[in-house]
Amino acid sequence: MKYVIIGNSIAATACIEGIRSVNGKGGITVVSAEKYPVYGRPLISYCLLGRVKRENMGYRPSDFYQKNGAEVLYGRTAEKIDPEKKVVILDDGAEIAYDKLLVSTGSRPFVPPMQGLDGVSKKFSFMTMDDMLALEGELSADKRVLVIGAGLIGLKCVEGILARVKSVSVVDMADRILPSILDNDGAAVVQRGLEERGVEFFLSNSAEKFEGNVAYLKNGGKKIEFDILVVAVGVRPNTALVSEAGGEVNRGIVVDKGMHTSLKDVYAAGDCAEGFDSSTGSNRILALLPNAYFQGNIAGVNMAGGIALHTDAIPMNAIGFFDTHVLTAGVYEGEVIADVHDNVYKKLFIKDGCLVGFILINDFLRAGIYTSLIRGKTPLDEVDFALLEREPRLLAFSKQARKEKLAQRV
Amino acid sequence: MKRIYVNEEWCLGCHLCEYECMFANSGLDEMFKLKGRTNEFIPRIKVEGEDGNDIHFAVNCRHCTNAICVKSCIAGALSKDGEGVVRIDRDKCVGCFTCVLVCPFGAIMPAPDGKAAQKCALCTDNIMGEPNCVKHCPNNAIVFEER
Repeated sequence: MKYVIIGNSIAATACIEGIRSVNGKGGITVVSAEKYPVYGRPLISYCLLGRVKRENMGYRPSDFYQKNGAEVLYGRTAEKIDPEKKVVILDDGAEIAYDKLLVSTGSRPFVPPMQGLDGVSKKFSFMTMDDMLALEGELSADKRVLVIGAGLIGLKCVEGILARVKSVSVVDMADRILPSILDNDGAAVVQRGLEERGVEFFLSNSAEKFEGNVAYLKNGGKKIEFDILVVAVGVRPNTALVSEAGGEVNRGIVVDKGMHTSLKDVYAAGDCAEGFDSSTGSNRILALLPNAYFQGNIAGVNMAGGIALHTDAIPMNAIGFFDTHVLTAGVYEGEVIADVHDNVYKKLFIKDGCLVGFILINDFLRAGIYTSLIRGKTPLDEVDFALLEREPRLLAFSKQARKEKLAQRV
Repeated sequence: MKRIYVNEEWCLGCHLCEYECMFANSGLDEMFKLKGRTNEFIPRIKVEGEDGNDIHFAVNCRHCTNAICVKSCIAGALSKDGEGVVRIDRDKCVGCFTCVLVCPFGAIMPAPDGKAAQKCALCTDNIMGEPNCVKHCPNNAIVFEER
């Protein structure tokens, strides 16, 4: 059996582990555009922050590929999949035959057209190790940084660089920061924390044009001079290999619960894939690192002849900005139970007798107990929700459920 | 592999396991030296049930066969060793607390400095060698065995 994996990040790693977990025999070839062994992409901000050393960013031990019989083609990209001949054609013209193929090509930064952007010197994206190294090379105490985008990537970048530059300004079209994971009031708590550390925000606004390293904002006409520009507006899934091969693509590569694409023996996982989201009951891209692992692992098991399905995917995020921690999951619909005081912001969302979502800011201990209720769609009449409302605890479960959790192997 | 299992009917809620856990992972040579310093350490085991409650039990890492924390860790800091013990590599952990977000038992928590997560490794990561909480439980309300 010949396994080929396009991409070398989390889903690819999980696929290798999935293949070997069911004793899948045969060689694995990994096509890696980046010249590094797998690392956790979100660690780049923590590296700038000094929280993790460059040499500790490896997602797996250095002997990982060798131990798993995987060959990595570093610095190579796949140009084309031929699903008839079952080969992948690389940028150097080489053809690699596969029996089972995983497409885990991730996503790329989306840079919207902005007038004068070409004339900006020192502009960066913030997704990869090379992005980080390039940005880091420009950081110094006298630099003013403008970040376009107040989402997860933009603000983690802000956290990483804030102490290493003179000033940081953030512009976003949305009316709040972190719009993909927070409501207005929750976002305000996080924004306040960042403003107290000196970050300046321009929300409901956008850079209308650049003249050299000066941005002119659309609303109010303010002009912002900067030395470094970071564009973190959003990402686009890398789907072209599959669509050009005739596979079904919506926003992402369409996969079923076993991570099969519409092309025979071709699987997809991670940020490029559009899989089943159990919180909405429909397919969508859940571009989250844990989800990339879950999907990649399931793809690997199925590629090697095992059977695995991804049925309980939900959006979930744990993200911190200095001392403020934000843990979220599920959807924000239904009845709301709120506990808001000082810097604590806690909201639980209940719908159809189940916990369907939560936002926890600075009060997140044991949050996984809540998450498991969402993932498992546990009817709340099976637990003592009055106890759970105040804090997550196993005491709220029945004696039998506790026994299953704590008195036997899980 | 031997794991820690709970006999909740025998737990009085004395919290001794929490203190023994703190001591085992404190690096101190005598337990009394925790006096006045307990705020510097956070136990990796938690007794549920408030004082006066009839029900008490202790919760720590279950070392799940299919550990969702290991799969979810953004840094590769959580791993399962050859024996099946779920371990955390403090040098790799960035303190994002995705593990706290996914652990269905609430058994992973921030370390005292808040910059990394911590969890039970069955006292294989300290001088004790086997679970100090179990060793000192007066009622066998937690046991360390194969099941």
